[in-house]
Amino acid sequence: MSKVRLLVGTRKGAFVLSSDASRKSWKVDGPHFAGWEIYHLKGSPVNPDRIYASQSSGWFGQVLQRTDDGGKTWNAVGNQFVYDGEPGTHKWYDGSPHPWEFKRVWHLEPSLNDPDMVYAGVEDAALFASSDGGTSWSELAGLRTHKTASEWAPGAGGMCLHTMVIDPSQPDRMYVAISSAGTFRTDDAGQSWRPINNGLKSNYIPDPDAYVGHCVHRIAMHPSRPSTLFMQKHWDVMRTDDGGENWREISGNLPTDFGFVIDINANEPDTVYVVPITSDSHHFVPDGKLRVYRSRTGGDDWEALTKGLPQENCYVNVLRDAMTVDTLDPSGIYFGTSGGQVYASADGGDSWNAIVRDLPAVLSVEVQTLK
Amino acid sequence: MIQVVLPKNLQILAGVGRVVELEVSGEATQRSVLDALEASHPALLGTLRDAQTKKRRSMIRFFACEEDLSDESLDAPLPNEVATGKEPLLIIGAIAGG
Repeated sequence: MSKVRLLVGTRKGAFVLSSDASRKSWKVDGPHFAGWEIYHLKGSPVNPDRIYASQSSGWFGQVLQRTDDGGKTWNAVGNQFVYDGEPGTHKWYDGSPHPWEFKRVWHLEPSLNDPDMVYAGVEDAALFASSDGGTSWSELAGLRTHKTASEWAPGAGGMCLHTMVIDPSQPDRMYVAISSAGTFRTDDAGQSWRPINNGLKSNYIPDPDAYVGHCVHRIAMHPSRPSTLFMQKHWDVMRTDDGGENWREISGNLPTDFGFVIDINANEPDTVYVVPITSDSHHFVPDGKLRVYRSRTGGDDWEALTKGLPQENCYVNVLRDAMTVDTLDPSGIYFGTSGGQVYASADGGDSWNAIVRDLPAVLSVEVQTLK
Repeated sequence: MIQVVLPKNLQILAGVGRVVELEVSGEATQRSVLDALEASHPALLGTLRDAQTKKRRSMIRFFACEEDLSDESLDAPLPNEVATGKEPLLIIGAIAGG
């Protein structure tokens, strides 16, 4: 019988939540790495018991952890992220040049076909790769040395490479998103990259349709349709059907199109989920109501999902890596909040339950569907 | 044996108790003690000082014998009480936050 395992990263440790396929009763294990910020955990699709975790701290810096037994035991692996060559500068908040400085790993993306291969998206924005299970890391410097890189600038959360998507039909094609530089694509396994931001319009930058400079918050792909990507930008929900060559807005009837997360139902490639957030100055849900919005039409037409979610006096945020979907049928949808709740839906979003209510602020949620 | 006291988060990371005892060859300095600490507990590499430059992380402090040694030279001799194991070298996460 299938099982699901949720990997939850929080401001003060990691938690592993597990259930059978009914997804009604959950076992909570943790905190792992208590006291540390866990920006992200993600398991290898090839060997789900191999899970990588980014552990960091303002005091003690970056640590990378790996388990090979599904989270029972962990070992620190390599934490040396050294930019290739002379790193140069990017723009600082005031427009002045600022040296590239490694701060932390925001996102880990294990290879689709090699359990020893894993990518790390870091702040200040760059992409690193390890081919030995995280023991050693080398930069895929073609991204950070792109001719536009000196013009990249940090968003409020830092200049972070926070999203990576690998095309399962052609693994040399990968996408990354950087706040606030935009979305980039490689077709040669990370050697060279180009911005793919045509169609994005951002009124908070001097040139709203600039080649780079957009604050992309998250992109998502359904594996059966890899040329279609959905994006939650700082403001605007967007879609491309040609691998990022052109984007169009699909915000439609959303109450606000600011937000962080976006994800796709595992069984329905046109069923998309977002959690609208009031605004960039009010990082909480609108009107005191926690609502997931679902589109069954690939965007434009959205319905509010509220059953089981607080509909008064709720002022939480849902961060960019904090939503995930399992591959059961019906697909399970999960998200974690800044208030420490992790909500689950076992019916594609029609109804929700809080698995846990009082964790530290949730930074990331990933699900593994286990056979 | 030189005694080093670690902050709680690093005790968990290294899988050790509050006090780590180290055999240090040659003169006891910050550099030689941290070299020995990282060699015996590799999980700590990069958490106290930059792995390449060896520069102390900005929010780490080194105290001993009621003195703040954080800004002393890496190669300055540690107090005799530390070198002889009578007093520990305290590694502290700087006070931050409210």
